[in-house]
Formats: sequence, C-alpha cells, structure tokens
Amino acid sequence: MSAGAFRTATGGRIDRTHTLRFTFDGRPLQGCAGDTLASALLANGRHLVGRSFKYHRPRGIVTSGSEEPNALVTVVRDGGRTTPNLRATQVELYDGLTAISQNRWPSLTRDLGAINDKLSLMFPAGFYYKTFMGPRFLPENWAWTKVFEPAIRRAAGLGRAPTSADPDRYASRYAHCDVLVAGAGPAGLAAALAAAEAGARVIVADEQSEMGGSLLSASRGAINGVPTAQCAADALAQLAGHARVRLLPRTTVFGYFAQNMAGLAERISDHDPSPDPEGPRERLWQVRARHVVIATGAIERPLVFSNNDRPGIMLAGAALTYLNRYGVTPGQRAVIAGSHDGIYAAALDLAGVGVEVAAVLDTRADPQSAAMAAALDAGLPIRTGTCIVGSRGHLRVSEIMIGAPMADGSIRDAGRIPCDCLLMSGGWTPSVHLFSQSRGKLRFDAAAGVFLPGVSAQSETSAGACGGASGLAAVIESGAAAGRTAAQACGFGLGRARAYRVEGILEATEATGHVNAPRLPQGMAKAFVDFQNDVTSRDLELAAREGFRSIEHIKRYTTTGMATDQGKTSNMNALALVSGTLNTTVPDVGLTTFRQPYTPVTFGTLAGMARGDLFDPIRRTSIDGWAQGKGAAFEDVGTWKRAWYFPRAKEDMHAAVARECRTVRAAVGVFDASTLGKIEVVGPDAAEFLERMYVNAFKALKPGRCRYGILLNEAGFVIDDGVIARLAQDRFHVTTTTGGAASVLNMMEDYLQTEWPDLQVWLTSTTEQWAVIAVQGPRARDVIAPLVDGADVGGEALPHMSVCEAKVAGVPARLFRVSFTGELGFEINVPVGAGRSVWEAVAARVEDAGGCAYGTEAMHVLRAEKGYIIVGQETDGTVIPEDLGLGWAIGKSKADFVGRRSLVRPDMIRTDRKQLVGLLTRGRDVLLDDGAQVTSVAAPAKGTAALGHVTSSYHSSVLGKSIALALVRGGRGLMGQRLHVPMPKGAVEVEVVSPVFYDPKGEKLNG
Amino acid sequence: MASVDAAVSAGGGRDAGALVRAAAPAARFVFRGRDAAVATVASALGTPLSLEPCRASQSVGRIALWLGPDEWLLIAPRSEGGLVASVLAKALGGVPHALVDVSDRNSALIVSGPAVEDVLSAGCPLDLDQAAFPVGMCTRTLFAKAEIVLWRTAPAEFRVEVARSFLPYVEGVLAVAVRDGG
Amino acid sequence: MLLIHCPYCAMERPEIEFRHAGEAHVARAPDPSQLDDETWAEFLYFRSNPKGVHAERWRHVHGCGRFFNALRDTVSDRLLVTYKAGEVRPELPPQEHSR
Ligand SMILES: [Zn+2]
Repeated sequence: MSAGAFRTATGGRIDRTHTLRFTFDGRPLQGCAGDTLASALLANGRHLVGRSFKYHRPRGIVTSGSEEPNALVTVVRDGGRTTPNLRATQVELYDGLTAISQNRWPSLTRDLGAINDKLSLMFPAGFYYKTFMGPRFLPENWAWTKVFEPAIRRAAGLGRAPTSADPDRYASRYAHCDVLVAGAGPAGLAAALAAAEAGARVIVADEQSEMGGSLLSASRGAINGVPTAQCAADALAQLAGHARVRLLPRTTVFGYFAQNMAGLAERISDHDPSPDPEGPRERLWQVRARHVVIATGAIERPLVFSNNDRPGIMLAGAALTYLNRYGVTPGQRAVIAGSHDGIYAAALDLAGVGVEVAAVLDTRADPQSAAMAAALDAGLPIRTGTCIVGSRGHLRVSEIMIGAPMADGSIRDAGRIPCDCLLMSGGWTPSVHLFSQSRGKLRFDAAAGVFLPGVSAQSETSAGACGGASGLAAVIESGAAAGRTAAQACGFGLGRARAYRVEGILEATEATGHVNAPRLPQGMAKAFVDFQNDVTSRDLELAAREGFRSIEHIKRYTTTGMATDQGKTSNMNALALVSGTLNTTVPDVGLTTFRQPYTPVTFGTLAGMARGDLFDPIRRTSIDGWAQGKGAAFEDVGTWKRAWYFPRAKEDMHAAVARECRTVRAAVGVFDASTLGKIEVVGPDAAEFLERMYVNAFKALKPGRCRYGILLNEAGFVIDDGVIARLAQDRFHVTTTTGGAASVLNMMEDYLQTEWPDLQVWLTSTTEQWAVIAVQGPRARDVIAPLVDGADVGGEALPHMSVCEAKVAGVPARLFRVSFTGELGFEINVPVGAGRSVWEAVAARVEDAGGCAYGTEAMHVLRAEKGYIIVGQETDGTVIPEDLGLGWAIGKSKADFVGRRSLVRPDMIRTDRKQLVGLLTRGRDVLLDDGAQVTSVAAPAKGTAALGHVTSSYHSSVLGKSIALALVRGGRGLMGQRLHVPMPKGAVEVEVVSPVFYDPKGEKLNG
Repeated sequence: MASVDAAVSAGGGRDAGALVRAAAPAARFVFRGRDAAVATVASALGTPLSLEPCRASQSVGRIALWLGPDEWLLIAPRSEGGLVASVLAKALGGVPHALVDVSDRNSALIVSGPAVEDVLSAGCPLDLDQAAFPVGMCTRTLFAKAEIVLWRTAPAEFRVEVARSFLPYVEGVLAVAVRDGG
Repeated sequence: MLLIHCPYCAMERPEIEFRHAGEAHVARAPDPSQLDDETWAEFLYFRSNPKGVHAERWRHVHGCGRFFNALRDTVSDRLLVTYKAGEVRPELPPQEHSR
C-alpha cells in the first residue's frame, strides 16, 4: 500500500508513484504528491494532530479546507522560516516537510496542560472578565498585573512565533479587471467562463492548489456526459486560453474593501520543497474589479453533542473529499450521522472502498430522497430519527452513544456503537464572508435556516452555494448567470449561454439545511461549539442565562467565533443554541460582523517590498558619496541621509563636533545644505504673492537681495522659515526647511489655487535641481573668491543677504551671501549634476585654508550659539514671531498676510507668553535635557505648571560651556534671574540670559 | 548607474520579462502659464502642448508632458537645453508665465518589455492596460512610495521621470519587480 | 482604497494619489482685519462635521496637483460628486442623499 495504511488502492488526484517523506513531531512518515499534510496524516492513520487552546483536549482533523478549527500546526523549514498556526488541511505536502503540533507539553499524547480540562469548572464563560476584577481591597488592576497577566502570558497564544527575522521576500502587485471571481469551484468556473467568453478581463482566484473545488471530490456524476473532475480541467484549459484571463491558484481573496477593491494573498513558494531563494514567498494582490463574482461555496457544520471533539470525528463532506480527492479513508469502521443527504453519499462512497459502515444515523424522522434510497439499496444500516448524544475514547473515538429524540424534547438512550471514526453533517452554511465584508446586508432564509446575501452594497454577485444555490446543477447555473451578469455590468454583450446538463449527483440535494440544536443531557461532558476557542454549549447557555441577548455581546463574553477561524464552522451552531435558549429566532439574536481577513494573512505579505532598504525611499544628496568617503556619520532627516559629523582618527562625536565648530569660527567650514527645500516663485505677481504668504515685506525687496522669511499659518503660529532671494522683478528663489519643502509648496498652491486664483504667479519645486554648498567662517571669502567667475564677492558688491549669478568652479551658480552660523557666509547653488565636482573644488580650498567639512550637528550648535531658531525645535505650533524675538521681521505696513489677523487676538498680545531666552547653568556645567521643564523653584509642588521648557541644548566648545535655548513664560522680563530645570538626577539651577550667546553685535557676519 | 546597466530580463523564464535602463540625458523645463503663453510655447517649441489632460505631445525630439491644467514638463535633448531656454524666453517676453530649468531635478528610466505592465504594477496603482493607459498618456502618479511621472511611449515601453534622490529607491523596487516578474 | 474622480484629469484615480484638505467653501475673508475675534475664531476653528453629505476639499497631489471639492456621504463614505475649485456646490438628486 502506498504511503499510508489508510490509502485506497486507486482513485483520487494524488500520485501514488511519487512518494514524499515528511515528519510530524519528529516521526518520519510518507505521503504522496498531491497530498495535503492533513490527508497524508490521515493516510497514516493519524487523527490526533493538536491540543485545544484552553482545555488542551486532544484534537483531530475536522475539515478538509481553510475552515479547519483544530489542525493547526507549525511548519519548520529553518530558524527564520518557521510558520505557526498553519491549517494542516491547507499545507501542501512536499518532500522533507517538517511539521510539529502545537499547544502541548511535553508531547501531544501526554500533555500537562490538559489539567485545564479537569479544572474546567474554573473556566466558565466570562472567566477572564469575572476574575481579573480582583478583590476590592487590593489596588486597581492588582490581580491582573501581579497574578494573571504573567501566568497567562506564559500559557497564551496559538503556536510560537519565530524569534529570528523573516528571511523571505514578499511581492505585491496592483491589478485591475472587469470581473474578479473569488473561488474556482463549479460556480466560479462557470462564471469565469461566461465572463471571459463575453470579452471581459477576468481574474480568478482560488485558495486551493488545484482549482475545481467540489468538482474534484465528487466520485460520481457528470456534466454534459463528462466526469466532474474532467469538467474542471476542461474549464481551466479554456480559461487559460483567454488572453485576458488570469488564473491565480493558491490565492485567497481575504478582503473585500470599498469600491470593489479586493485584497488577495497568493502563496508562491510554501509548497515547494526547494524554493527559489531569490523568489518571493507570497504576493499581495490589490485588485480593483468592476464587478465581483463571489463563489466561495458553503461550509459544513459539525454536530453539537457531548465530547464531539474527539480525534476521529470529522465532517462527512471532508471525509468524502479525503476519500475521493486524496484516496484516504478516515478509518476502518465508520458511523455517519447528520441531518442531511450528504451522509448517504459519504456512506456509499466509504462502503464502496471497503470501509465498514457501522451505522448511518439520520436525525430526521422520515427523510425521503434518492440518496437515501441508494443507500438502502446498497444495504447500508440506516437508522432514522436517531441522534448522537456522546462519544468515548482515549485520544481517538472508540464508541458513540446514540439516542432517540422524544416528543417531549427528551432523548431516550438508544445504545452504543463501536467505531474508529464518526463522520457528521449538521448541514451547510453559505460562505457569506466576502459579501458581508463588502457591506452587503444579509437576509435570513427561514426555510433553509441560513443567512444569505440580501441587499448589495457594491457591484457584486454571489453565485453558487454561497448565494443559496442548492445542488450542483443549480450551482453551475447560478455561476454561469453571474458571469454573464458581471460581463454585462461591465458593458459587454450577453453572448451565448452555455448549457450544462448535470447527471448522477447524489450528494447534497439541499445545499443548506437546518441547524440542529439538540437539547443536551446534563452532565460533566463538554459539547463543543467553537473548537478553536474551546467554547461549549454550556458556555453559551450560561451567557444567555446571565442576561446577554445580542450575539455581539455573547461573542465577546464567551469568545465564540473570535479565534483565527472566525467561527467558520461554529457561528450558526452558536446562533441556534442561543436562540433556542432564549426562545427566540436566529435573526433576533443577530449575526456577528465578518471582518477581513477571511483567513490569516502573513505580516510579510502585507508589508510586501517595504522592508530593509526599500522600507522607505532613502534620499542622498549629490555630495553624499564624498561624505561617505570621508567617513562621515549620518543622521536621518525625514527620508534624507545627512552628514552628521566627520570624525577624524580616534574622535568621538563630541570631539568631532567641537573641532568642527571651532574650525568654522576660527577659519572656515563647508557644509552640504542641499536638502533645504527650494521653490521657484515666478510671475508678474510673485512679490505680491509672497507678501501675502510671508510676514515680511517683499515688494520693496530689490532684485539681488535676500530676506529672512517667516511663514505662519492662519492661526498666527510659525510653521516654516527660510531665506528668500529676489532674482529678478518677477522671480524669487524661496528656501524652506528640509522637512517643510513639500508642505510649504502644498500650502502655497492651496492659497494660489483657491483664495487668489487671479494672481499671475506660478510655483515650481527646485529642491532637487540645486546642490547647496555652504561656506562659512572668517576665511569664507578667501576660499571661494578664486573659484568665482563673473561676480564680485566683495563685501560692497555682495553684502550680507544678497545673491548674484556667477560661475563657480566653472559651473553656472546662484551665489548667496547668507549665514546660518553668524560668520561670514556664502551658499553656492549649482545644478545637482555638478554638485559633487564643485563641492570637491570648494572643499579642497577649505582644507587648504585650515578649514574642514562640518555636519548637521555642528550646524545646530553654531546656530544655537547665535540664537537662530530651528522650526520644529524652538517652535511647536503654538509660537508666534514675537515669542521668538522675531517681531522685527513682520512687515508693519502690510494690510494682510497669512496669520496676521491672529497676531492681534487677545491671547497673542499677552505679555506673559512664553518667550525665547537663553539658559546658562550655574555652578557646575550641566548639559540640560532637551524638553526639560523650566520651573521657578527646584522642587515645585505636584500640579504646579512649568514656566516653560528647554528647546535646544548643546555643549559649546567655542564658549567652553553648555548653552540652552528655552521658551519661558515672560522670559524676556526675567533676564539675569535664577530658575530651575528639574532633571532625573535633581534640579539644576539656571540663569536666564539672552538667546544670543555668541557675537551679540553681529560683527562676525562681515568676516 | 550600475544597477540600471545590470538590469536583466525578468522572471527566470516565467515571463518574457522587462528591461530597465537609463534614459538619455535630457534638458527639462517646467512651463506654467495661461492660454496665451501656452500657444506661444507651442509655436516656439515646435511641439503642440496638449490641452487634453494626461496626454503627451512630441515633435523633433521635443516633448511636452501635460502634468496639470497650467503645467507642462518640457523635455529636450540635453544638448538643446540652452537653445530651448533662450528661444522660449525670447518668445515669451512680456507674456506672463513661469519657465524653470529643472534639467537636473529629475532622472529618467525607460522600462520596456512584454511584462512591463506587470512590472510597473508592482508599485503603480493605476490600470496600465492599454485601454486605460494608452500610448501617449502621461501623468504624475505614485510608484510604491515615490512620486513619478509615467509616460507610455509605446505599447510595451514607458518612460519614468523621478526626482533625482528617489532614483535609487525606484530602481530598487523596479529591480525586485523585474526579478519577480511583477 | 477609494476611487476619486478628479475633475481636472477627468478620470477616476486611486485615493493614494490624493490628499484630503478639510471642509470646502470656508472662504478666507478678503480683509481679515475687519473681522471681530469671534468671527475670526469661527473661520479658524469651527467646522460643520455633518452626518451625511459633506462638502470637502481634496488635492490631486500626486496627479495634476489641483485642489477641488467633493461631496462625500460621511455615513457611507461614498464620494457622491467632485467639482472644480470655485464652482458652486452642486445640488444632488434626492436619492443620493438617502443612500
Ligand atoms: Zn487630477
């Protein structure tokens, strides 16, 4: 027998000649190509695959699909490639696969956590809510933080997350189509064919490795005379022949979002024994479809009875799939039970391969159907009006107890039946998850006892079993109709409808079926409703007794439906139980909301390419390579990398910054200011526009001159600043902060487009056009003068705050005479392409002059020594120019500018606003913490408001002490006074001083 | 630009692939203005400026990409930059407008090949099917986390204009997309 | 991700190309200095925040760069109509309100 004692000799879609080796909990086993891990385990007679979440009860495989609640396993490739909580029913077997069970210690068969099962009276519904309140005499949350949380953190969780970084790559793709078909079973394939033949662009996604859905697990029956599995193959071949059809197997439509945007997760390499190490593991598809056909089928429901969770108990439809698709029998002696014709098809197929059918139990008193007649003809032992009341067995079912429902609602004991597997069917629940995610309104079909799609919210159609179609003929018909409707909705003609003639199908004449809600005998044994979260019928009844009425509340109280499977197999049983307990109807209890994702999606898939170097754009200036060559340290400023400091041999950051500052003040330094935002403002109304935007006067500014501009928002608060140069009557070169480049342009466009559309002025971002080389220091002029051609850089021709056009190192440049250090300074703007070469020419001369390159840290220190602000450091969105001592910049004669009206609001003209001051520590030199509070006494009483806070703090090597800028209430009136700055190691006494620590008269600006 | 030169066809045989290469050096100008200026530029440049949204026009190597109702990106061979600037400045004298040299602001990539739609769809949210994005369409849009100007120059070829500092990122994402076949 | 019809590009484009820009039709006074504090505060800080149809500004920032206006139903999060800056707020057919 090939790859397992429970493998049939023939049949199924597996390749018996291709044996695959794998291990489960270290035990070597064999399967066949085409197996899932679940089918391979079952072929080896392994039903026990895991322990349950709460009670650690032994659990087996219940389903054959993505709805599996129990068979969660961890698949290990290597350290980083360890994936917990995979459903064994979806894990494709490959040679060498290593899988381990979860939630057990020390082993699956001997698990110490199973003590929870014996102590289960301690864990009723709402256990967590009731327990963690803690005794009243203890401090709030004491019980939680001291007792429960540590214990729960040790025990909690499904599986174990890998501890090393995920080594795999994940791809992502946007896609667009006319028709997205979710699910490639009979309805989905018929829909896709119809839409494709009408000319539509179609994407078909199916979560399984092989498309075809239930067509692949039917043992008998034909469509137009062709066996069902062959029909699926034919349909796929036809679809593959359409150029505008994309087939995506192994792809789950996990989310349905606004305006027909769907999220799809494609598993690319998990099934591959030796995946391409360069290839992606999974791919996220963001699909925009004009119409969506939801063809997600239906999910079979378990029966609820005592100990219904023993390994060996599985759904009848799953057993049928294992038998007919994978050539696996669930055991040697089977009991098949349910309230649904599917049990007869399962019984006939199992008997057909030699499985002993011990009994077929139909809870219905008098079922009449072709399926039952066929089972009777085959001589199968059928008992109608019979239900299951319990099971026995250790780690595997060995016996079931049956009963007969009586007229008074009680159940009469009807004996026991030994068996090694029980196949159950409580009816089928249409998979309305995606419809519900689309915000469509569900309706309750009382006749069928199921929720079905009601009112659509988007352009979609539910086809097949998920839309309520019953039986293969109706399913295919509704699929074909949906495909034609979808194509028509996209503007394609109707075309010719295919005819489908379905014959010989026995299973599932009714696709749905009523929920069984048996009245359970009293006793200790548990009847599970939600297998994954270990919620029993008694938990639900308790919740109802305690007064919960809405299923949304009951869900949260009992956790039913809140596991990773979102209650796919349990929701309807829970609703039936609760409505039965409350003596009301299912729709009265309500239905919980289905949320994305349909099945769990890896973080990797959602992150896609956005990790490592591609997490965000990493922007580097044209001079960056030079700085790297000099061993610069870099800091992130937004998405830019900026040279932070240039350490020389053995220098730490402090030493390097100190040296750079001293060099600039004593000789000259060169600094890469390329990241400054730049906007070219051009047009006859350019000056008028800037005058309205900035606080400053610009109409009077002469071409060739610069002005320090301050930008407010309408509320009057400083939001940006920068030097603005008038290049010509109608042309300005505006600079912004590095971080403000995009937002200032956005704000300017806003006013221009919506408030002052009459102005003839246009804006162009030139941030990336210009490399900016700042040369600062008393020798700055000496350094650049020989490189400048076509302009006089002397103090008279090019005074402070002026600009000219010239060639620098042979390159056309905009040469600014500006300073952000307080020293004589120039900023050379050259096209970025020439940035590196001009920089190198300048830097060489700087070094010859005893200067050096300096980074952003030295720049910060130098500007702080001068009391120059940095927007975002000295400002926080509540600071007006006057607070900063910049009231002089405001154009006093201007009637209006953005924010002007706010500057005369009562709160803005108060004299006790926080004002920018300098702070020097008294006694021992201490570097104050950025952001530290400023107070009037060393140890203010609790609740005392601070006077302000430290905005910038540096050690100044030039001044030989630490300096700080601070915003302090009424600060300018406190000069010379002593205040305190509480810090972690105690308050520091400070003296309030002018924010200009260095060269207060500004004499150095002229060298 | 080693990474561009090293670009290879994609997909390990899965697709026929796509190729990413650097575009020839170009002179670029952002032209903004109203009707009178638009007509003046068109005649001076020798290329009509599209008034239809999201459409490119070109003639004798001079290209005008519609970016907004009052904004065009003009592209010419790098060697013609000075000439174009002076011709336009002369023609536009006295007509309110803005003409700004942005030659160095952008870099450009040419992405081509049978899988070009899939490769660009790794980062671009637009429908790149020829019915939705025909040859001659151009627009600012996004490619992953970078803003680009995308112009379809042929059924299987696009030009991607990107701000210079975003080039390594866009190249990086494209290289991955080419390798993955999109 | 929503699709938004840009009235300048004259086509639907994905939401990530756009940026929301607050309530529409909140015009800045030609001469704010003429306004009393209360009126100015109203302009600065008070917005309608309706349940239902809301006129709001968007910018096609990664597209044509234009600001425009949109009517959006804040209950359904549907964009009902978009129109150019400066155009009057369009009247909606009655059924659009109730959706
Ligand atoms: Zn637009």
